[in-house]
Amino acid sequence: MTTLLTVLLACYLLGGVLPLCTSRPSLQTILAHSGAAAAGVAGIALGLLGLFAAQPLTLSVPSNIPSLTFALRLDPLAAFFVLTISLVGLAASIYAYGYVREFTGRVSVGLLGSLLNGFLLSMTLVVLADNGFFFLILWEAMSLLSYVLVVTDHERPGVREAGLFYLIMTHVGTAFIILTFVIFSQEAGSFSFDDFRHPDQRLPEGLRSIAFFTALIGFGAKAGIVPLHVWLPYAHPAAPSHISALMSGVMIKTAVYALIRVYFDFLEGVFPWWWGFTVLSVGALSALLGVMYALMEHDLKSLLAFHSVENIGIILLGIGAGMIFHTYGLHELAALGLLAGLYHTINHATFKALLFLGAGAVQFATHTRDIEEYGGLLRRMPWTGLFFLIGAVSIAALPPTNGFVSEWLVFQSLFLSVQLPTLFLKLMLPIAAAILALTGALALACFAKAFGMSFLAQPRSAHARQAVEVPLSMRIGMGLLAGSCVVLGLAPMLIVPLLDRVTGPLTGVAISEKVLALDGWVVAPVTVEFSSISTPVLAALLVGGGLVGLLIARWLGKGLPVRYSRTWGCGLPLTPRMEYTATGFVQPIKQVFETIYQPTVKLEREFLEQSKYFIRHQRFEFHIEPIFETYMYRPVVTKLLAVAERLRVIQVGSLHLYLTYIFVTLVLLLLWAG
Amino acid sequence: MYAMVQLVLIVVQFVMLLALAPFIVGVIRKVKARLQCRRGAGLLQPYADLAKLFRKQPVRSSTTSWIFTAAPYIVFASTVAAGLLMPVFLSHTPLNFAGNIIALVYLLALGTFFLILAGLDAGSAFGGMGSSREAIVATLAEPAMMLSILAIALTAGSTNLSTIVHQSALLEGVVLAPPAHLMALAAMFIVTLAETGRVPVDNPATHLELTMIHEAMLLEYSGRYLALMEWAAGIKLLVFLTLIVNVFAPWGIATSVAPLALVTGTAVYVVKVAGLAVVIGVIESMFAKLRLFRVPELLGAAFILALLALVFFYTLRG
Repeated sequence: MTTLLTVLLACYLLGGVLPLCTSRPSLQTILAHSGAAAAGVAGIALGLLGLFAAQPLTLSVPSNIPSLTFALRLDPLAAFFVLTISLVGLAASIYAYGYVREFTGRVSVGLLGSLLNGFLLSMTLVVLADNGFFFLILWEAMSLLSYVLVVTDHERPGVREAGLFYLIMTHVGTAFIILTFVIFSQEAGSFSFDDFRHPDQRLPEGLRSIAFFTALIGFGAKAGIVPLHVWLPYAHPAAPSHISALMSGVMIKTAVYALIRVYFDFLEGVFPWWWGFTVLSVGALSALLGVMYALMEHDLKSLLAFHSVENIGIILLGIGAGMIFHTYGLHELAALGLLAGLYHTINHATFKALLFLGAGAVQFATHTRDIEEYGGLLRRMPWTGLFFLIGAVSIAALPPTNGFVSEWLVFQSLFLSVQLPTLFLKLMLPIAAAILALTGALALACFAKAFGMSFLAQPRSAHARQAVEVPLSMRIGMGLLAGSCVVLGLAPMLIVPLLDRVTGPLTGVAISEKVLALDGWVVAPVTVEFSSISTPVLAALLVGGGLVGLLIARWLGKGLPVRYSRTWGCGLPLTPRMEYTATGFVQPIKQVFETIYQPTVKLEREFLEQSKYFIRHQRFEFHIEPIFETYMYRPVVTKLLAVAERLRVIQVGSLHLYLTYIFVTLVLLLLWAG
Repeated sequence: MYAMVQLVLIVVQFVMLLALAPFIVGVIRKVKARLQCRRGAGLLQPYADLAKLFRKQPVRSSTTSWIFTAAPYIVFASTVAAGLLMPVFLSHTPLNFAGNIIALVYLLALGTFFLILAGLDAGSAFGGMGSSREAIVATLAEPAMMLSILAIALTAGSTNLSTIVHQSALLEGVVLAPPAHLMALAAMFIVTLAETGRVPVDNPATHLELTMIHEAMLLEYSGRYLALMEWAAGIKLLVFLTLIVNVFAPWGIATSVAPLALVTGTAVYVVKVAGLAVVIGVIESMFAKLRLFRVPELLGAAFILALLALVFFYTLRG
């Protein structure tokens, strides 16, 4: 394993350094992405080995700086995330071979590739770090590298603002993470994770609760939980698409990793019920609001970014339910909830990355991100269309795909609330299930819109009319993820044992045997009597049902050839302007959920002078109110600016004055220290 | 031997769903015709319609993609697959292990997803209109359905349909349903009307662009594709009716594979489903279709009923 880890680090480093040594873009592309792809393969192998290793692999290099050691530890939890990061990293790297051509001439392709390697390396090391200081350095590196990647296209309007917003939010988060680690180090006496998790040095009750909240806020800001999600829909779409795929697919998952690490490892899984309930509520809120805002979004990549908020919510629903069960000593159910959350983590990583790569491919072909300008792309880009459809069906959690399996498991863990002792939770968890059902249905509507408006009917713009299929490397990258989605859905018997290795040590029970019944063909939430599904059988039923339909049609229809004709346009020649638009499609949903959206609609009409029945010109505008930005962030920003305005009196730009400040501060510090 | 019996049972259930669906549609149409003082077409008319459609040459719009031709098969397959997961005439359905009631709901959602896509593919305003409306109706029906399902599942201690049905079927005689069940039944019935496109949510007999939902999505379909879509719609209706009669009134369903039990189970089942179809026919004749933006209120009521069912389950038990 040490060898594999070395290979992984070496590949990322080579991929990071070599492209900068040459100036030929084509060579730079090959060097950078081959390094990342090779490291991805090594990472997948390392993750699998790490999951099944009897003992966690630990490496440690001491440093001269106090309380910092370069310590790495590969336990099953870390190994699972290494596996997820590497899988998506591999697909994104292959995709990037063709995709970065889009950027040649505008930005340095070598630098882009080099940063990609650095970003992947920092994410991999974040989940491996075993020292608080080292973790924070890597976390910061990951944030800064992703910031630099977000502003790759900094000449486009809005990109710099998005980057700045991201930078500020991620540092607010980091501040809370530092606070969390400082709390732990108070009792542990060092920044080593080993001391954090030491059972003899338990934190006092109050501090534990503070650590719970600081961790939730700190990592939640990175994960994009509501209401800390506001940066995500700006930053993720602004980046190049393979970077968006990595940010939405895996970077936000490092926060999920860290939350599990803190709650189940450092705090030893001992917590009051309201911790789990808080996580559950935050999850439900994120899931519902994420999908609702996604529905109103007509920029394909922003839509996908909002869905990341939704899916983080679903993951937290699973983890929150697991935490609640854990409090009440229902260890098998706790393991189930956690397993459901982790299953959704890897599933979301694959299908969200796939969808972002698909969106990138569409943008590559049409040079726009506006869904209203797409249309008819399935006939022009059949492979991209197919892969996007697989991603869409998966994220809408339709059987027999991977999203269905994990969402089903989350449902089951919420339904099993019947075993909880308090009436309040017995009622709250089913309500969370109802919210999840609403979320699922809205996600279905949203992806019917996203796929239908982009890929079906006639092209709505010249961009879409001239679109052609993307290069092979991009299709291979998407195909790899689409294949993963299918395998993760149809073969839970391969995945559940892996996840069980992760949840086993955290909850104290192994449930793989109980979750998989009938030699793994059936997945059940611990008890088969309560419920079970079998995605392979469901897939077989679907294929069988389709075949029967085909046979009946053949047998009765005698193979009559299809006649082609025009769509009925009420006697007028059909034009793309007659098609429903994405705005029109979601209009009923907007109207029904008016309270949440608070839409403002503006319609200006100019009539002919002769008659008010003939419109010469009309203009339609509609906005939805971003509630959190308007009512939560804007007041804070206004206050901050006001305070900054006051502080300006001491900033006069005189060097002498600044030197005086420094001197006074120094004297005060010396006095305080003495 | 055991495997053979199970396989035969699956095939019988499959054939029964396919064969019975047009009949149920015929019953509803007949009831509506009689209530309008018309004689109405014969009960077997839907079969003739399907056969005719299958034999006709299909016309396909030249702007469509492969989604348009694949959708009828996917919708058909997902509906039939959903039907195979639930007990029909036998409380222990062989494919019970393959999916519980949530899987059934999501299989139907798979059909809805492709139906919506199919509506969009032809590129006419009608299709888009239907798809957009279907999306909102399906969205609002889902939470109410999930909660009413849970209220029932709690009583049985299982979300496996066979377990739910088998347990209540084994109770001696006709037991008065607890209040939680009645509430859940009401919620489920409203959801059924919404999901299967019946009055007051949608009108299956209309072709008026202001009112149609399901028909609007099928507008560009013809020939065998239309036949499959219509058939699937019929099967979906049958699936929901079967769910209601077997979960809330499982009396008479076969609880073992004995031949006599199977025959009576089947007969009782057909009578019950046909009876419920008559009820739907009467409702369709009595009520007008709701304006689209009134539908959320109806489905909201269903949600509240389901939530009350849950509260009643926990509070009235002890």
